[in-house]
Amino acid sequence: MLKMIHLSKVYRTEVVETYALRDFSIHVKEGEFVAVTGPSGSGKTTFLTIAGLLEEFTGGQYQLDGADVHGLNDNQRSRLRNQKIGFIFQSFNLIPDLNVFDNVDVPLRYRRLPGAERRKRINESLERVGLSARAKHYPAELSGGQQQRVAIARALAGGPRLLLADEPTGNLDSQMARSVMQLLEELHRDGATIVMVTHDPELAARAQREVRIVDGQVIDLAAQTRLVENPTSRPVV
Amino acid sequence: MMGYYLQLALRTLRRNIVLTSLIIAAIGVGIGAYMTVLTVLLAMSGDPIPEKSGQLFVPQIDLWGPNTRPKGAAGPVRLPDQMTYRDANALMLAHAAPRQVAMYSVQLDVSPLTGAPYSQQGRATYRDFFAMFQAPFKEGAAWSAKDETDRADVVVLGKTLAARLFAQRSAVGQTVSLEGRLYRVTGVLEAWSPMPHFYDVSNNPFGSGEQFFIPFTSAIGHEIDSNGNYSCASLPPPGWTGKLTGECIWLEFWAELPDAAAVRSYRQFLNNYSAEQQHLGRFHWPPLVQLSNVHQWLALEHIVPDEVRVNSLLAFGFLAVCLVNAVGLMLARFSSRASEFGVRRALGATRGDIFMQCLTETAVVGVLGGVLGLGLTALGLAANRASLGGELAEYTHRLTHLDPGVMALTVALAVGATLCSGLYPTWRATRVQPAWQLKAQ
Repeated sequence: MLKMIHLSKVYRTEVVETYALRDFSIHVKEGEFVAVTGPSGSGKTTFLTIAGLLEEFTGGQYQLDGADVHGLNDNQRSRLRNQKIGFIFQSFNLIPDLNVFDNVDVPLRYRRLPGAERRKRINESLERVGLSARAKHYPAELSGGQQQRVAIARALAGGPRLLLADEPTGNLDSQMARSVMQLLEELHRDGATIVMVTHDPELAARAQREVRIVDGQVIDLAAQTRLVENPTSRPVV
Repeated sequence: MMGYYLQLALRTLRRNIVLTSLIIAAIGVGIGAYMTVLTVLLAMSGDPIPEKSGQLFVPQIDLWGPNTRPKGAAGPVRLPDQMTYRDANALMLAHAAPRQVAMYSVQLDVSPLTGAPYSQQGRATYRDFFAMFQAPFKEGAAWSAKDETDRADVVVLGKTLAARLFAQRSAVGQTVSLEGRLYRVTGVLEAWSPMPHFYDVSNNPFGSGEQFFIPFTSAIGHEIDSNGNYSCASLPPPGWTGKLTGECIWLEFWAELPDAAAVRSYRQFLNNYSAEQQHLGRFHWPPLVQLSNVHQWLALEHIVPDEVRVNSLLAFGFLAVCLVNAVGLMLARFSSRASEFGVRRALGATRGDIFMQCLTETAVVGVLGGVLGLGLTALGLAANRASLGGELAEYTHRLTHLDPGVMALTVALAVGATLCSGLYPTWRATRVQPAWQLKAQ
């Protein structure tokens, strides 16, 4: 699903070069739930933005769902992002002027789907995260956990092949964080491919596999076998 | 997607009503000021007869010589802008143009069947006047060529005077008392008042126009005096005979020349006529003639005062300042939404999607600014009229009003100007780097 081979990302100014990622390789298979951990400034978020086609990389190779993304122009990257990737951000990033329904609608609009199809997908997504009754509410009227659920519904509505989560519980209290993690686990059991960036070792432990980044490089592949109730999840060797 | 962008635009405008109002006000005030001045300028400088303005010409002859020509500003030589009776009559008799008219303004008392007499503005002219200047007839027609030759007492009435004299009846065939003399009505015009009255710019070019027309030959025969300008290079002989034989200019003259060959030919005719007058000892200077079409004539006569043109430039400058302000406000508006644009880009919006969203918002602001500008234009025109007072106010009211064309132009100008000024802020919005925005969260 997601394959990076010897990827590098360099930020260049007139006086200095900064390697955010260096000789970075990772392979996430379909249906996996991978936690990416590392200290602050290690390159976790840079990895996520490159994986989400929000940034270009300097060197190496990146294949998303079997397709090489090198050389795609901005419009092609936007369309691919819209079709294949769902984002879950730490600060939710809901649009405050739009109610819950319209927030979930945003990625579907850019796919130019007909109205009936959009409404069906939105209702299904809200049902999935348990917020159908809040469709007409605005983000300011929701708790942090509810807002993150809306963000998850927005990520799911387009039927993405890959979910990228950047510290999804970072702005939540422990109770809300647990409920959001439960939701992510349910989605994984249902077959979703999830890559979650986190600095929390407890959260990382709940993923199927952990990839650790330090100074822009993968330094440790900790293959953890997890016993899960859902027989569809596979242990990673 | 346009429906979606429109929805988003209306929501966003409602969210930040203060900033939205400031942008709309900046555009509306600029548009209102500019359109007020532009409406006056367009009304005064518009083509009064677009179908024929290139075919109607005013011939001018150097009647007075270099020492006594009208003194104008530095630039082209100014020749007398009217003719003597002697020259106008000679030109008419020469038949050098397919159609031509000599004419002058008159003011006569109209005596209705009941009630006191009242004064009306009219014109003594030739029958070709109506075809040349496309004066439309409501009923009847111009007098005949025989009427003209016979100096018959016939008249064509304007619509307002005909209605006043004859109410619902047909006026054709009726008689009208002008200055105590009975004239037979041959025709009634539709409401007709080209702005400006280019055929006689020396006599209230933006006035209400004539209400009756009588044959030039008849007016001369009855010694009906001119109500217009009368200028003499030297003291004329006394009386009416002096008026006809002297070197005083008091007649307007127009010729219809359908193509460039006719213009060349007529110019040659004028030169020949002028040379003949020199040969006869009347002129003691080289022949000098000028032939001006409608546009050239209006420019020559400075129908549009320079102040109006200067005002329009100033108003345009003011509009530019208002638009620059609007650009700044829109930049601030779009900059404050960089995170929203970053999220939309992350969710799959292309730069083109963000561009269209912002441009739609800009267009909505432009329309609202245009509506405000329309209201301010109406107020501006009303204030303009109020400040003039009296007859000038009446003239300006006739000239300047918000017809559908002006209204459409106002809104189109507002939208166009707003879109142009919104291009840079919109382009800046598309350059939002989603990764940077999201990292900054």
